Amino acid sequence: MLVNEKGETEMSATKKLAVLSAALGLLAASSSGVLAQKKYDPGASDTEIKIGNIMPYSGPASAYGVIAKTEEAYFRKVNAEGGINGRKINFISYDDAYSPPKTVEQARKLVESDEVLVVFNPLGTPPNTAIQKYLNSKKVPQLFVATGATKWNDPKNFPWTMGWQPNYQSETQIYAKYILKEKPNAKIGILYQNDDYGKDYLKGFKDGLGAKAASMIVLEESYEVSEPTIDSHIVKLKATGADVFVNITTPKFAAQAIKKNAELGWKPLHFLNSVSASIGSVIKPAGFENAQEIISSQYLKDPVDPEWKNDAGMKAWNEFLDKYYPEANRVDAFVMYGYTVAQTLEHVLKSCGDNLTRENVMKQAASIKDLELGGLLPGIKINTSATDFAPISQLQLVRFKGETWERFGEILSGEAGG
Amino acid sequence: MSAAEEVVTEAPAVEAVPKRAMTLGVGTSLVVLAALVIAPLFVKNFIIFQMTMLLIYGLAVLALNILTGGSGQFSLGQSAFYAVGAYTSAILMEHVGMNYALTLPIAGIICFGFGFLFGQPALRLSGVYLALATFALATAMPQLLKLGYFEHWTGGVQGLVVTKPDAPFGLPMGQDMWLYYFTLVITIGIYVASVNLLRSRSGRAFMAIRDNEIAASAMGVDVALYKTLAFGVSAGITGVAGGLGAIAVQFVAPDGYTITLAISLFLGMVVGGVGWLPGSIVGSAFIIFVPNIAESISKGLSGAVFGVLLFLVIFLVPHGARQVAIVAQQMLGKLKKH
Repeated sequence: MLVNEKGETEMSATKKLAVLSAALGLLAASSSGVLAQKKYDPGASDTEIKIGNIMPYSGPASAYGVIAKTEEAYFRKVNAEGGINGRKINFISYDDAYSPPKTVEQARKLVESDEVLVVFNPLGTPPNTAIQKYLNSKKVPQLFVATGATKWNDPKNFPWTMGWQPNYQSETQIYAKYILKEKPNAKIGILYQNDDYGKDYLKGFKDGLGAKAASMIVLEESYEVSEPTIDSHIVKLKATGADVFVNITTPKFAAQAIKKNAELGWKPLHFLNSVSASIGSVIKPAGFENAQEIISSQYLKDPVDPEWKNDAGMKAWNEFLDKYYPEANRVDAFVMYGYTVAQTLEHVLKSCGDNLTRENVMKQAASIKDLELGGLLPGIKINTSATDFAPISQLQLVRFKGETWERFGEILSGEAGG
Repeated sequence: MSAAEEVVTEAPAVEAVPKRAMTLGVGTSLVVLAALVIAPLFVKNFIIFQMTMLLIYGLAVLALNILTGGSGQFSLGQSAFYAVGAYTSAILMEHVGMNYALTLPIAGIICFGFGFLFGQPALRLSGVYLALATFALATAMPQLLKLGYFEHWTGGVQGLVVTKPDAPFGLPMGQDMWLYYFTLVITIGIYVASVNLLRSRSGRAFMAIRDNEIAASAMGVDVALYKTLAFGVSAGITGVAGGLGAIAVQFVAPDGYTITLAISLFLGMVVGGVGWLPGSIVGSAFIIFVPNIAESISKGLSGAVFGVLLFLVIFLVPHGARQVAIVAQQMLGKLKKH
């Protein structure tokens, strides 16, 4: 810089040379310093890291808004404690009302107007699909998307997009593995919702059974979300004489299925997808007595479970909520979700050090090794690699006993790619 | 007395000289046009994208304005026509490999047919009852798009990703800017055509039906034909807007075309001024930007803030942007006299 400045004509040539050599000398001396030089992409600076987020605060999916509110509170905590490597998090979150055209508008606003470093945890499969191509062409990380679809684990075609939670296919793969081990001669009846979510689950299950799928599955029955009741499907499934029932349904239908099973006196080994494993919205309405012995899976700690009363991770969570988000509904599973996914981002940004380029963020996000967080069940670890963009792929099987889920067996993992 | 008649009879501009009151003066039009042409040269791509969406929703509001402001029929089903247009363009581009520009007239024609046919049974209804029938259409549309039978074409819940076109002939401009000017040309074309339509014989027939159906038919206006025609034209323009929207957003999915969109368009029309075509762009600006403003005021209460802002607008200027324009015009007139 000094040497190139225009107003230096009065400087003699020797002086210039001296300055130049001095500069070169300095450069050589601090070569190690040059390597560790601070590197920034838009959205990062010495004092700040801008994180973008898109969430449905309004509209039909507004219940998910809690996730971003928890994240916002968590980054407030991070900032109060000094930020990440001395940089404060500026968390910018916009509402898309779960409408893909609005998601595109908000994503462009985040990238082109606010100039965020990463777009973090945008929610929903259609909204994320709408912005995936755009963010990948702009080379902006679409990090830890809040959807369980399997297609986010596709580093080859979409190197800037990464999922977070266990995907649907991993989950049913785990059930399939369990069935192969515990009940190799099972006759399996499946009920699934006829859309992308149901089909994703179904595919994982069949992949998990492998070659035995054709002989073990006696009936694949599908229903439409618009149907008022699924009773007739349950009757049909029972008639096949199946002794294993894989229940891939959303909460309302899951409750109906559990109830109808009891009415018919059909008692197969019942697998319920984790989407509907909520005690409050599914099991209780269906009746505790009807839900005994149902198997499902979890990866986050359930805050109402008395087992975690003295758990360190749960204590930290409670302290965080007391201080930064006291109005939170602690029974709401999304609070734990938002807390844990925000911690994962914190980990990634910390490991970026002073190299806060978008490329390095993706690189660090793709090299997480055995990360354990307070909100995750013991034994569940976050792992990623250049070819594995599915951070959480382990699950804990749980069985319903009395009025709560009981964990059993080891942590299982299913590996499903997009 | 239906709500439609109330709105229409209260509107002072409609009582006066309807043909003139529906448009802007030449001078004002040129100023607005110049602003729309020059502005994108100075702003970021994101703003250009927003301006493109402004024009696209403006077109959709204009279409509703022809239907409600012109022929006095209510519709809460515009999102359905918008969706059909969007999907037509998206499917033709992605599955058939057709040029994006060619898909728009096809989207328009298909929607015209769809609207015209829907107008047939809807003829028996008027006012709020018609609004309810179209509401049903808007509610049904997202589910129809998810149906398994069409999934191969529509992509089901996942929707379809659309490729954004580059500027042709090696023009030195980005995709966003090209799409903006492309949209601007189409918008101007449709706007001019709509103004001419309302000034023509057909337009007078629309307005005669709006003002008094019995009198209109006594004068020899084929009420059934012109009512369905108004539906067809409105749906056709909405379809073109939908097609443009699909290209600009690069994605179509059932969740983008819910009843919320239909209500937004309706809102845009009322805020812009029922029956005042230039108000469409003001209405469109309202539905795009005011939710963002509301959100910046309070995230948790964005819906409530939006409601308050909307209430203020309707309370202070019940005839929307048209009223503001008229007042401004009168003040300018007074200044000139002095």
